[in-house]
Amino acid sequence: MSKAISKSPWVVHFNCNSCNGCDIEFLACLTPTYDVERFGVLHVGNPKHADVLVVTGSVNLRNRHVLKNVYDQMPDPKVVVAMGICPATGGIFADCYNVVGGVGSVIPVDVHVPGCPPRPEAMIDGIIEAVGILEKKRAGLAVDPPLLPVKTVKGPAPAPAPQEASEKN
Amino acid sequence: MSMLVPFGPQHPVLPEPLQLRLELNDEKVVSAVPVVGYVHRGLEKLAEQKDFIQDTFLIERVCGICSFMHSMAYSMGIEELMGIQVPDRARYLRVVWAELHRMHSHLLALGLLADAFGFENLFYTIWKIREEIMDAMECTTGARVMLGSCCIGGVRKDISAEQAKFVLEKLNNFEKMFKRSSEVLMGDYSVKERLVGVGVIDGKKAYELGAVGPSLRGSGIAKDHRMTGYAAYGELGFEPVVEKDGDCYARTMVRVRELYQSMTLVREALAKLPEGELKTPFKGNPSGEAAVRVEQPRGEVLYYLRGNGTDKLDRLRIRTPTFANIAPLLTMLVGCNLPDVAVIILSIDPCISCTER
Repeated sequence: MSKAISKSPWVVHFNCNSCNGCDIEFLACLTPTYDVERFGVLHVGNPKHADVLVVTGSVNLRNRHVLKNVYDQMPDPKVVVAMGICPATGGIFADCYNVVGGVGSVIPVDVHVPGCPPRPEAMIDGIIEAVGILEKKRAGLAVDPPLLPVKTVKGPAPAPAPQEASEKN
Repeated sequence: MSMLVPFGPQHPVLPEPLQLRLELNDEKVVSAVPVVGYVHRGLEKLAEQKDFIQDTFLIERVCGICSFMHSMAYSMGIEELMGIQVPDRARYLRVVWAELHRMHSHLLALGLLADAFGFENLFYTIWKIREEIMDAMECTTGARVMLGSCCIGGVRKDISAEQAKFVLEKLNNFEKMFKRSSEVLMGDYSVKERLVGVGVIDGKKAYELGAVGPSLRGSGIAKDHRMTGYAAYGELGFEPVVEKDGDCYARTMVRVRELYQSMTLVREALAKLPEGELKTPFKGNPSGEAAVRVEQPRGEVLYYLRGNGTDKLDRLRIRTPTFANIAPLLTMLVGCNLPDVAVIILSIDPCISCTER
């Protein structure tokens, strides 16, 4: 069973608040030129079938409940891959009135793939990394928090690094 | 007895979140009500906060599928406000990238349509062909989706003779590969079974409801904004593609034939590419009002801009083609069967992120 999941992760894609750029690149990953199916990745429409949730775009006031819903319906263990810069920080839309922030403000994100939009190769890398995390989660091992590609624009400001100041003193 | 069935927002055939509340009588659709707002960001307001040069790159992200045409329409608007004359070479290069974008968008739409009626092989084949166009765009601009090559006063990148040769080579590959797929789309029994006579709208009704692009041209009305000859279309011998049946098949055929037409336009524009500057330098800030229309893959987009003499725009309004096509879509859906709903929606090639911005 564990082997089946890591050899063939099923992916559900949710377009959160995206401009379509990342979505069409993610769809391009599934098609013959890039072909993620060679890694056993299968694109499904039902969140209850899926192991990996691919999110594109930032979160707005209307769709954050939908995103939470889709995430909650997925069976454990599950991994969230955020494609593009918008799900990390809000990207170019961070200052829009209807944008709440990154996907991380609603659900826990495991892998960030930066870019506007990321190249299909980078997206495939992101999914492969997600499979590794999925295996770890299944074995009950601790998972490292994801590296945010850039400083958060909205939401809680990152804590200042105190070490540098103390070193100078 | 009728019942209400929600279709979307997260639906396997829809690449984007759109909800339709369908009122059904058994399998027949009685009425449909669209519920939008899932991808609303508030981009028009943000454009008023950034300065008008930054806006070129923000506007490009209205929609990832026809990104170049959005930035082109916006640039044309600012050029009209400030009286900037675009160099000839830039006008031709704009046509090249706009038509490449139209080709990739139409291929994407045809592929998704094939997926919606369950012809997965055709979906994958068409998307494989689309990669040829993506390669051509990547070779000339360095990006696959967000080209970033259009700017106010002209274009930021040039197409060298070598790159032009590469693009032409890719177009030849496209022509060879698409010939087989277009034969399937035009003549295959199972394709016709799903598309002919489905989602019919007559020309008069489509025009009254404000349909644009292939949805209107599929109903026999020759309205294409490229006929007015903006950018370099006036010098390239453009004729609109028209089909008269008004069903899903006619709209698909418009896209198939436009693909060949776009290919011819790119070849012609590259052959006629004049020498010269890429960009006209400008000074000052925009003031006054301008309305610009550009033909996108889905139809005509309207940009309204109002400047007040500062570096920030007073108002930017975008009327996107899918917004205009939603009213005709609701008419097409009435009387169809529930399994045809997905096909009819994809036959207008909806772009929700444009519509809601």
